Amino acid sequence: MSTLVLTLITGVGLGALYFLVASGLSLIYGLMHVLNFAHGAFLTLSAFMGWMVAQALGTDSWGSFLMSLLVGAAVGAVFATLTELVLIRPLYERHIEQVLVTVGLSFAAVALFEGIWGTDPIHISGPPWLRQTTEVLGARIPNTYWVLMIAAVLVLAGLVLFLKKTRYGMIIRAGVENRAMVTALGIDVRRSFTLVFAIGGAAAGIGGVLAMHYSTFVSAHLGATLLIFAFIVTVVGGLGSLTGAAVASVVVAVLQQFANFYLGGTGDFIVVILLAVVLLVRPSGLLGRKA
Amino acid sequence: MSAEPILTVRNLRCSIAGQQVVEDVTFDVPATGITAVLGRNGVGKTSTLRGILGLIHRRGEVRLAGERIDGLPTHRIVRRGVGYVPEDREVFAKLTVAENLALAERQREPRREFVAQLFPDLVARRDQQAGTLSGGQQQMVSVARALLNDNRLLLVDEPTKGLAPKIVTEVAGALAEASKIVPILLVEQNLDVVRRLADDAIVIGGGRVVHVGTAREILDDEDLTRRLLGVHADPGHGADAVPSHRTTLDSEEPHA
Repeated sequence: MSTLVLTLITGVGLGALYFLVASGLSLIYGLMHVLNFAHGAFLTLSAFMGWMVAQALGTDSWGSFLMSLLVGAAVGAVFATLTELVLIRPLYERHIEQVLVTVGLSFAAVALFEGIWGTDPIHISGPPWLRQTTEVLGARIPNTYWVLMIAAVLVLAGLVLFLKKTRYGMIIRAGVENRAMVTALGIDVRRSFTLVFAIGGAAAGIGGVLAMHYSTFVSAHLGATLLIFAFIVTVVGGLGSLTGAAVASVVVAVLQQFANFYLGGTGDFIVVILLAVVLLVRPSGLLGRKA
Repeated sequence: MSAEPILTVRNLRCSIAGQQVVEDVTFDVPATGITAVLGRNGVGKTSTLRGILGLIHRRGEVRLAGERIDGLPTHRIVRRGVGYVPEDREVFAKLTVAENLALAERQREPRREFVAQLFPDLVARRDQQAGTLSGGQQQMVSVARALLNDNRLLLVDEPTKGLAPKIVTEVAGALAEASKIVPILLVEQNLDVVRRLADDAIVIGGGRVVHVGTAREILDDEDLTRRLLGVHADPGHGADAVPSHRTTLDSEEPHA
């Protein structure tokens, strides 16, 4: 029973991390039809910056942990905004070139990060509570998973409120449905593109700092590893669907954890099989729009 | 036509994905009333409207009240005072009626009361998702979006397409009301509606303007109607006639 609970809760926690990365990817694709391969770079830079803040303020304190999260979100947002303004916007409506430029940026960023921070993983310890466990129905759950879940719920709630209650949120929802018609109402949809990149970058930044604490290290490849699963989640959930990304994050991660535990560490393989099945049976994803 | 047109289009050529869809269109739109754009299916009527708005690649000269707008992006053309009611409504299905309308509001005091008077049904359904509305109700949302602002011109593309006769009458009535305050360039296949609403008409054939005149002159001339539009229009319908059946244009080429 305790193993089942442990596997389930850690699966949900891992899903929370996937969601933090996938939410931005999904929004960006939904509005702009850009598969952003540079998203992992936003995450990695935010993690490094979060690590530097934590080092400067003391890794054990909650204050430094929260500050590193804030800095991570800000760095992710700024990096993403600059990427959109400098690299994506000049290639407006040229989707293949946009994808290629994000691929190029992702490679360049990893090389740059290795040049600055080295190729070896840098280990980090956060507040002591994060290294402890909490018992639930006999299962001892590492506390980092609770933090991941809380962060993902807050980000999801914030995104939903933003999308539902603000004019820009309304523009983004409308743009996901029919971008041309949004411009035909006199709205400069390109501003929304920048905003969506910034929001996605901020979520990835929070994800980067939390991924660092989850893995207990930061490296130049942190983002690339997570990006693969975030893409899978985004496709399974339905490109452009935030709710789909949330549901798929949990489904993919729980399945992965169960397969890792009960099927001899085949979690990654099973997830890829799930992706293949979804693409064959329901190419638009669980909650995506049919083409 | 009026001496100072609200819209002048000169040598407009439009293409979609490299395919030329409007060859060379030149016409004026008077500053008052409704001007119909007629022609068989596939001759480039919708593409002409989309080209004017910059929604598809276009070349040529387009002036709104004398100012060139052909170099502007779509959203800036719209902000200069061009409202657009697209073919097939294109409401945002997952947004509510109220959200669809709120998105269209560009000015500090949008004409909400005017729209509410024209379409009281939309007020009652303001919290309903637009995708769950009937085709006629969706058309009302689409027309309402264009009427919320003080536009200088409305581009209206097949507003009665696929609607029941009762709704056609309602939408036509709303356009007639709207035309009292803003000139309209109307693409319409239903010749009964054209007869009722339009003052002037431009006929497009093969991507070019092949005839310009008053709507009545074209529709009352059976020979002209058959030659230009490939249809026999019933000249017996008066200006206020409620369409009992659709008299529509023949297809020059089949729908995809």
